[in-house]
Amino acid sequence: MSPVTIIPPHELRTGRAPGWDVARVRADFPILAREVRGHPLVYLDNAATAQKPVAVLEAMDRYYRDINSNVHRGVHSLSEAATNAYEQVRRLAATFLGAGSPGEVIFTAGTTASLNLVAQSYGGSVLRPGDEILVTEMEHHSNLVPWQLVAERTGARVRAIPVMESGGLDLGALERLLGPKTRVVAVSHASNVIGAINPINAITAMAHELGGGAIVVVDGAQSAPHLRVDVSAMDCDFFACSGHKLYGPTGIGLLYGKRQLLEAMPPWQGGGGMIREVQIERSTWAPPPERFEAGTPPIAEAVGLGAALEYVMAWDWNALVAYEQELIAEAGRKLLTVPGLRILGEGADRVSVMSMVMDRVHPHDAGTVLDTRGIAVRAGHHCAQPLMRRFGVTATLRASFGAYNTPEEVDALVEGLHEVRQVFG
Amino acid sequence: MTSELDELYQSVILDHNRAPRNFRKLEDATAHAEGRNPLCGDVYEVWLKLEGDRIVEAAFQGQGCAISKASASMMTQAVKGKTVAEARQLFEQFHGLVVGGREPAVGDRAGLSGAKLPAKLEVFQGVRAFPIRVKCATLSWHAMKAALDQTRS
Repeated sequence: MSPVTIIPPHELRTGRAPGWDVARVRADFPILAREVRGHPLVYLDNAATAQKPVAVLEAMDRYYRDINSNVHRGVHSLSEAATNAYEQVRRLAATFLGAGSPGEVIFTAGTTASLNLVAQSYGGSVLRPGDEILVTEMEHHSNLVPWQLVAERTGARVRAIPVMESGGLDLGALERLLGPKTRVVAVSHASNVIGAINPINAITAMAHELGGGAIVVVDGAQSAPHLRVDVSAMDCDFFACSGHKLYGPTGIGLLYGKRQLLEAMPPWQGGGGMIREVQIERSTWAPPPERFEAGTPPIAEAVGLGAALEYVMAWDWNALVAYEQELIAEAGRKLLTVPGLRILGEGADRVSVMSMVMDRVHPHDAGTVLDTRGIAVRAGHHCAQPLMRRFGVTATLRASFGAYNTPEEVDALVEGLHEVRQVFG
Repeated sequence: MTSELDELYQSVILDHNRAPRNFRKLEDATAHAEGRNPLCGDVYEVWLKLEGDRIVEAAFQGQGCAISKASASMMTQAVKGKTVAEARQLFEQFHGLVVGGREPAVGDRAGLSGAKLPAKLEVFQGVRAFPIRVKCATLSWHAMKAALDQTRS
């Protein structure tokens, strides 16, 4: 396992996690005070999107009230203020990700857009017929379909690294799959379905050594909210994540790319802001990161993301990781009391995301029963149909815990699932 | 259990979920269609056997939640023996029933001439309190309608 990505030590899974003041964190999230169907909201759908602290709401409100303007365009004071705010978030994001410089951080609409950018721009210009793109069986469709699209266009081939019953990646198979034809290894840092943490450091080392100049693209949508990310230490070539899963707004995401790769890549989308000089028949491109940010960017969303990053960067991440690990371990233990319930891929190190199935109960029905108790979980295939097939299920019930969830909410989930068992026998 | 939940998961629905009727492939079907909900992955196949203008057999297979499975099961019972026009009327009535807003034409209610939705399908009114589940209830009905549309051409 990778030494740098904070794989939580096993001893943290028992005993109380010190130093995480969950009541104080909860007080920062206004939505947590509301009720759903007559019950206090128990929000366990953080892997889909996280709730927003008041700091994010206020930063976006303040932006629109005080400095709303377009960036990189005007000579007026508001535009300068907006540009400064926007670029300040880029510096903050570079620090958050452990990037070498802010120029390696591109603002996108989210993880999906980030991954499409890499697939289309890097993949589209590098891939040749017969080249191979390695994905994993646990990829979210957003780190799979973009590669299928570019493979179809270039004649490259998509192959999958298998997932073991434990939920871990089969690294032996990865070693066998890597070869001179491998150009891309696209892998999630943590599974959005079973939460399994993949050893990115080991994967990048293997890919760089055994692949034919292979680059490693990391889908960090589910790891960035739960693990301390350091792209330089991981030595990945690209890293994508979303603002809205990181307690920030929707519509904004990040793409980290190594400078020399970004500099060699063609634009993804054309438009304003990404050019050096435009003539009728041809144009030349601005350097990264502007080259990849055509059009007016999501400025208010970037400002909101900045507030979210400041908020989470003030946390004690060792305490956060220990706390979330304790929550999921407790959930795992207590869910054993529900007859016929099974947790998928439980053997792997996990972020606080778990998927379960129940004998004779479809996840949608379980999700509806939980909803009547104010508990929000996700039911379905989670945009990971190959992983569903791998585990022989069509859908799962997913509970995902964040920084503000409590042991009492774990108990509410367990009680709710006992009721599900009662209803469906 | 809350009353909304009681309404949704009535014993008829739980029974059809546990032991779906007409849950088989119809080998001599004359019409067939698949209903798929890409959001949740639920998928049902519906087979109809028509003699002239009349549905003499209806069957289904597939995977999904209790609502979708019970609905498919009761749909096959409801359309069996009906003409194509009547089955289409039933579709409209069932849709109205689960979406709400329109008066459901159920049981002995006068109104539309021809087929009337069997009263036991009223159990699906509980879906109204859970709008997100309407698609579950109507999935197989859409497949049935698609199968009929196919035979027209």
